[in-house]
Order: sequence, then C-alpha cells, then structure tokens
Amino acid sequence: MALRTSRAGAWVRCGSVGEACSSPDHANGNGGVIRTASIFLMFLRKILYYHHICELWIIVVRGGDEALILTDRYSVLSLLGEALRGNRGWKRAWRAAEPKPQYDVVIVGGGGHGLATAYYLAREHGLHRVAVVERGWIGGGNVGRNTTIVRSNYLLPENSRFYEKGMTLWEQLSRDLNFNVMFSQRGTLNLAHTPGQMDGYARRGNAMRLEGIDAELLGREEVRKMVPDMDYSDQARFPIAGGLLQPRAGTARHDAVAWGFARAADRLGVDIIENCEVTGFIRSGERITGVETTRGRIHAGKVGVAVAGSTSEVMRRAGIERLPIESHVLQAFVSEPLKPLIDTVITFGAGHLYISQSDKGGLVFGGDIDGYNSWAQRGNMPVHEDVISSAVTLFPNLARVRLLRNWGGIMDMSMDGSPIITPGPLPGMYLNSGWCYGGFKATPASGWCFAWTIARDAPHDLNAAFTLDRFAKGRVLDEKGVGPAPELH
Amino acid sequence: MRIGCPVCGDRDAHEFTYQGDGSRTTPPLDADQDQWFAHVYERTNPMGRHTECWLHTGGCRAVLIVERDTVTHEIFSVRLAGAQAAIHDEEAGQ
Ligand SMILES: Cc1cc2nc3c(=O)[nH]c(=O)nc-3n(C[C@H](O)[C@H](O)[C@H](O)COP(=O)(O)OP(=O)(O)OC[C@H]3O[C@@H](n4cnc5c(N)ncnc54)[C@H](O)[C@@H]3O)c2cc1C
Ligand SMILES: [Zn+2]
Repeated sequence: MALRTSRAGAWVRCGSVGEACSSPDHANGNGGVIRTASIFLMFLRKILYYHHICELWIIVVRGGDEALILTDRYSVLSLLGEALRGNRGWKRAWRAAEPKPQYDVVIVGGGGHGLATAYYLAREHGLHRVAVVERGWIGGGNVGRNTTIVRSNYLLPENSRFYEKGMTLWEQLSRDLNFNVMFSQRGTLNLAHTPGQMDGYARRGNAMRLEGIDAELLGREEVRKMVPDMDYSDQARFPIAGGLLQPRAGTARHDAVAWGFARAADRLGVDIIENCEVTGFIRSGERITGVETTRGRIHAGKVGVAVAGSTSEVMRRAGIERLPIESHVLQAFVSEPLKPLIDTVITFGAGHLYISQSDKGGLVFGGDIDGYNSWAQRGNMPVHEDVISSAVTLFPNLARVRLLRNWGGIMDMSMDGSPIITPGPLPGMYLNSGWCYGGFKATPASGWCFAWTIARDAPHDLNAAFTLDRFAKGRVLDEKGVGPAPELH
Repeated sequence: MRIGCPVCGDRDAHEFTYQGDGSRTTPPLDADQDQWFAHVYERTNPMGRHTECWLHTGGCRAVLIVERDTVTHEIFSVRLAGAQAAIHDEEAGQ
C-alpha cells in the first residue's frame, strides 16, 4: 500500500521521470520508485526508437524523397506504420486543384455522381485531363445527406439492370477505390400489410429473379424472426403480412463514397476544384465548349452536368428553360445512439418510412418529400410528424427515443421517377439528373454509364432508356404506373 | 409554413395539399403533341419566386394560387383560382 502511494506521489511530482529529482519522496531513499521509473523510461525509449526505425523504414522503402514519404495507399501496414509515426505522414486525400484553362472533359457538380463519372472516365476510358467543378465542398450536397440505402429491387427491366450493375460495382467498390466505403449488405426488407401488397411484392420479386437479382418473399413469421421488435400485437394499426427481402441490399457510408471517389479520381489525374461555381457556359454557336466559373473560364471538349437538385438552375444558364424535373426537399432524421435494434433496412408498407441503424447506433430514417417545390436545404414540420409517427407505429418501443439531428437535401424529381443519363440536350453537353429519392445507390452505376456516354458520345445499353426525350415520345419509365408526377421514387 | 387562405384566414401548411406549378394553363384538347407534352411534363422549376396551386383540403377546399419563394418560403400573394375566384368576388360584392 505504502509503495503504491509513494509511487503515485513520485509520478505526480516529477515531470520528467528518471531525471535527477529533488522530490522529498526520492530523497527519503525510496529506491524502488526510481528503479520502477527508470525501467518504464527505458521501455518508453524503446518504443520511441522503434518508432524511428519505422519512420526510417518508410523513408527507405518509399525512396527517401520528402514528397514520397507521405503514405498514399491505405492498408493494414500503412495504418500501423502511420500509427507509430503519429499519423503525420498521410498524404492529402485529394489535391486542392487550381483550375487549368482547358480540359478534355469538365464535370459540373462534385457530388457522388460527378466524382464517380470523373473516376470512370479516367479508369475506363483513359481520359485523364478531366476536372470536377464543385460550387461548395466535396460531400456538401445530397451525397452527404442521404439515408445511405443501396438496393436493386425494381420492377422494370431497364431499372433493374441499371441498379444491378450498380450493385455489382458496390460489391467491389472499397477495393477498387482503396477506400473503405463500409458497404454493408444487411438486406432491405419491404414490409407488406395487406394480401394485395403481398401479391405486388411477389410480382416484383419474380421480376427481380428473372433479371438474376436476389429476392425472397417472407411471410409474417419469417419477418418476425428477422425483426422481432416491430408491432406484431393484435392492436397493431397496420398488421404485418410479410415482406420482400433483397439480401444483397444494404447501406454504405455516404461520406466515404464521396471521399473515396474523389481520392481515387485524383490519383488518376483528375482535378477536383472546390469552391468554384459554374455561372454560365461558353458556347461556340450551339455547341457548349466550356464553363464560366467564379474562378474563371474553363474550356472543355465536353461538359457533363451532374448537379442533382440544382439541375434546372444550372441548365437555365445554358439557355434550357424547361425540363421534366422539379426540385423538392427530402429530409433525413437520426436518433440518439441505441444498442443494436435493427440489423437490416426496413421500409414501411402503409406509409412512407425507411429505417436502418448506423454503426454508431443512431437510427437513420426518412419518409416523404415535403411535397412542394423547394430549393431550401431544410424541411418543415408536417413531414417530421408524419415520418416519426410512422416509425412509432411500426416500432412502438421507439416512442421515447430522442431525435438527435435532422436535415434536408434538394432532390431532382423527374416526372416518371426514373433517371436521365444522356448526351445533350445541347451539342458538347451531357446531362445526368432525375435521381429522385434514390440516387445514392446509383452512384457507381451512374458514374460508370455517364462516363461511357460522354467518352463515346452515345449511351451504353444500360442507360439507353434514360433519355431526355422519352417523355415526349411516350417511353416513360414509370415504376408504379401512376402517371406523371414529380414525387415518385 | 402558413398560408393565408382568402376564405379561412391564416392556416398551417398541414391543412393544404400541394398541386404543383400554377403558372401553367391547360392547352385546348386539339392542341398539338408538343403543347401537351410541355404542359404535362415540362417545368420551369425556378429557384425563387414560384406561382403554384394549393388545395385547402382541411379547410374550405378551395384551390388557391400562391406566389411563394422556393428558397425562403416567403409567401407574396394568395388568391382563389379560376371560377371560384369569380364566385367569391361576386359574393363579396353582394
Ligand atoms: C435526405 C435524403 C435522403 C436520401 N436517401 C437516399 C437513400 O437512402 N438511398 C439512395 O439511393 N438515395 C438517397 N437519396 C438521394 C441521393 O442522395 C441523391 O439522389 C444523390 O446523392 C444525387 O447525386 P449526387 O451525389 O451527385 O448529388 P449532390 O451530392 O447533391 O451533388 C451535386 C453537386 O452539384 C453542385 N452544384 C450545384 N450547382 C452547381 C454549380 N452551379 N456549379 C458547380 N457545382 C454545382 C452541388 O454543390 C453539389 O455538390 C437521398 C437524398 C436526400 C436528400
Ligand atoms: Zn380555406
């Protein structure tokens, strides 16, 4: 006991252990303390020494050049090495590029889709003189605001094939980008509450299976086994009849997707130019030959526009006044962190609610758009009430959980609920838009297809149906068959 | 957000149903394809002042033409739409 107290005393009093010390404790001849202290010090020095060796090792292996010492590739080894050298050697994830006067391709909008497009342009089509021009900062748009659900459970073959391409890209994405996007295939379960809905899901599941996509129709008991905390009581307002499960669906960390694509594109030579708003387009005749920005003019062989909710205003700057798109606000909600409660993604079938649990424990959920045109990245109370009451209807045990955060994002709602990835509408220009509620899951496939479309001046088979003129020609892709409305999935 | 209904007074947005762009006018039935296409599918979707229709579902059930800023949600004007407006004006005049 005595030794412990005096040792504690010595630690407290001696700033630098093991050095000559006039502490009364030490002067009292407490040799044990000094010995313990110096053994500890030796140990500390060994660690420090090892740390230097590591640093040396990194320097030798990486060529000794100051610029090259920085750790670039992410791996267990580089993580360990950097931990030992105090994490001082990580290279910037992407350069703060200055705009050059001329590029082969300029992508307007540094959201998930713009960044993915630049990445695939460089990786798949060998175009390295590419710039992504972003008004704000990377991750500030919808790519960093969504509820992160990734799935490919569509009915129409054009949509299924496109989103399934996305799914296969997601399955490789962390490895491709050398960035952990935390893609978690925890499944998406669409609940049914009526026999009619069960029939509808059987049809959808069959359509998916015909496209080679995984789908399982679950009965009430199977759903209960999978998610025991929902309301299965006799009093349930909307009794659960069953559900459609896509086991390979799930979630991914949205910020990581933005950062991962930005970093991987940067490594392939793409310039990512932040704080640079496109204010107009350079034209030669009808043709778009570049962009006017808040950081000067940038000429480009081709200009791709991928600005999600801002599509109408950006296209207006090119003289396109009318599009089959409206901008609407969609809100997202996060609860205080809870112990594991939901290990999949659940969608309510008797209202609009989708809910999952983040790795930090927060319940992440959302519902309907606010319902009126909005360019404000914040929403109103009616939707709070609606979404939260749906959540509590489904999970009565959430009634006393507190809401931690809430925000909104501006979405590009197309008139048939399906996307647009197309050359045009002007020569030299390419448009990527109409992502509605679900563009996050599309990020890799959208970038992949848009890059193809830009590089080859023609759509790939996978996005051949996502034209802008499909509305005029009567070839709309209306998943629900409900007619033209800018509020569809 | 609150909307000042000319019939019922200032009411919470909860009571209303949005009915979209109110600046459009329905083309005649024999109008050509392009006109119908533009009417059904195309929108100007401005960032800023927008003319739109709201149905007062939880009130008088009148259709209102509202001028609203799509960024600040400030409402500049509210009036009754079409035929209803005529009836309202007539009654008000009596
Ligand atoms: C609350 C919410 C929840 C969602 N949940 C899901 C979900 O669970 N699953 C799913 O799949 N999808 C979801 N989405 C949809 C998805 O987030 C979007 O469809 C998708 O992120 C849009 O593509 P993006 O990432 O490229 O958009 P953004 O990240 O918005 O990128 C567009 C970029 O363009 C920039 N820009 C605009 N104007 C200009 C200009 N003039 N000059 C330069 N740059 C400009 C913007 O600053 C922005 O960074 C959700 C969306 C929201 C808002
Ligand atoms: Zn009224």
